[in-house]
Amino acid sequence: MRNIVIVGAGAAGLAAAETLRREGYDGTLTLVGQEPSLPYDRPPLSKQILAGQWEPERITLRAPDSFAALDLDWRPGRPATQLDTVNKGVILADATQVPYDGLVIATGVRARPLPGTGAHVLRTLDDALALRRCLAPGRRLVIVGAGFLGSEAAAVARSLGCEVTLLEPTPVPLAHAVGPEVGQLLAQAHFDHGVDVRTGVTVTETRPDGVYLAGGELVPADAVLVAIGSTPNTQWLIGSGLDVHDGVACDRYGEAAPTVYAAGDVAHWYNPLFDASMRIEHRTSAAEQGMTVARNLMRPESRKPFPSVPYFWSHQYDLRIQAYGHLRGHSEMAIVEGNLTERRFVAAYRKDDRVVGALAIGMPPKVIRQWRQAIADRATWQDAVLSTTVTTKG
Amino acid sequence: MHVQLDQPKCVAAGQCVVAAPDVFDQRDDDGVAILLTAHPGRHLYDEVREAVAVCPAAAIALVEQ
Repeated sequence: MRNIVIVGAGAAGLAAAETLRREGYDGTLTLVGQEPSLPYDRPPLSKQILAGQWEPERITLRAPDSFAALDLDWRPGRPATQLDTVNKGVILADATQVPYDGLVIATGVRARPLPGTGAHVLRTLDDALALRRCLAPGRRLVIVGAGFLGSEAAAVARSLGCEVTLLEPTPVPLAHAVGPEVGQLLAQAHFDHGVDVRTGVTVTETRPDGVYLAGGELVPADAVLVAIGSTPNTQWLIGSGLDVHDGVACDRYGEAAPTVYAAGDVAHWYNPLFDASMRIEHRTSAAEQGMTVARNLMRPESRKPFPSVPYFWSHQYDLRIQAYGHLRGHSEMAIVEGNLTERRFVAAYRKDDRVVGALAIGMPPKVIRQWRQAIADRATWQDAVLSTTVTTKG
Repeated sequence: MHVQLDQPKCVAAGQCVVAAPDVFDQRDDDGVAILLTAHPGRHLYDEVREAVAVCPAAAIALVEQ
């Protein structure tokens, strides 16, 4: 292989590029980036960047000299517009065609919009800086969507003195992901910090001066943030022959078609640890997957599956939330350490007879790592939860 | 090779401890990563590179000499 192209210059694309070089690939390595900037880290956008605590330079993923040492054919600010799998070429927005004999798709996701105008989203550095300019004491911020992104933005905006209204269509925020008990606890933290949380409301339209609810009410705002989830960036793959129903469909190795792999938020791959196909929008999965597919692309004879324990974290007010595993679609939650009232606990999540997830708030790291290990070991609910201590099979 | 850890950036994920348990640990009170050694032995290089790559806060850097 002499021409490897990586489309997408976020955490997954960068990890793939670094891994290829580290493993000895010395051919042409093209990295296509939609944004003009060097690869940067997204989780701080809704935290330190939005709060104004960090300047944008702080989130650059690699220093310019480390980035230069990768000896890339670097194509910033030119998104890919088409993939030709027959002639093996990627077509960019400036109409140039980049040939490949190995391809990594790491184009990530974009924010889902709502009908209307004037609303902010929070996905890119420019998005974060634009929203940050609107946050000041007494300014009214309406956030649509009380998921983790909207919740983090609410906490930051409160810390800056904004009046915050959080609008959520479901009865309990995040219940589908973390269960109603933990979701209620997170909602309570917003109440406690003076956020006007309104659940069970549907927003039909955004305007620069507020949002319209389904009943016709206008909720006034000085700024509106829409944080209702994301859509995989696969529009450029339509017509390529790849299955892009929900992200790029891959096998357990991350391969979507011969010598075409996908990694990060856009990849929908089979995770053997959970016997399920999934698409995970977590920072850690992006890096791990980028590394895995780079190795698999280079060494097809010894390629490995990606049995990953997903991990995410969130900071809201004084709450440090950490979660391992695949919580969505769980059938039972149990508090296995600490308790909810003190906001210091580990919650374990069951699906079928297995522990598939664990969420911790304010617990020591060694306790949390034990539960991660239980998930990685495919511990049964009986062994890990119904007995009093975590069993790790060695 | 030496390892640099930017503690203010650390988000206490503990991924580095999973990847390279002989090089990293976490503080008990807040989970922030600590370096057990800034100059790990050669046999640990692959683990440390893995830790750099999976750190969700990009808080670990390697200076290869």
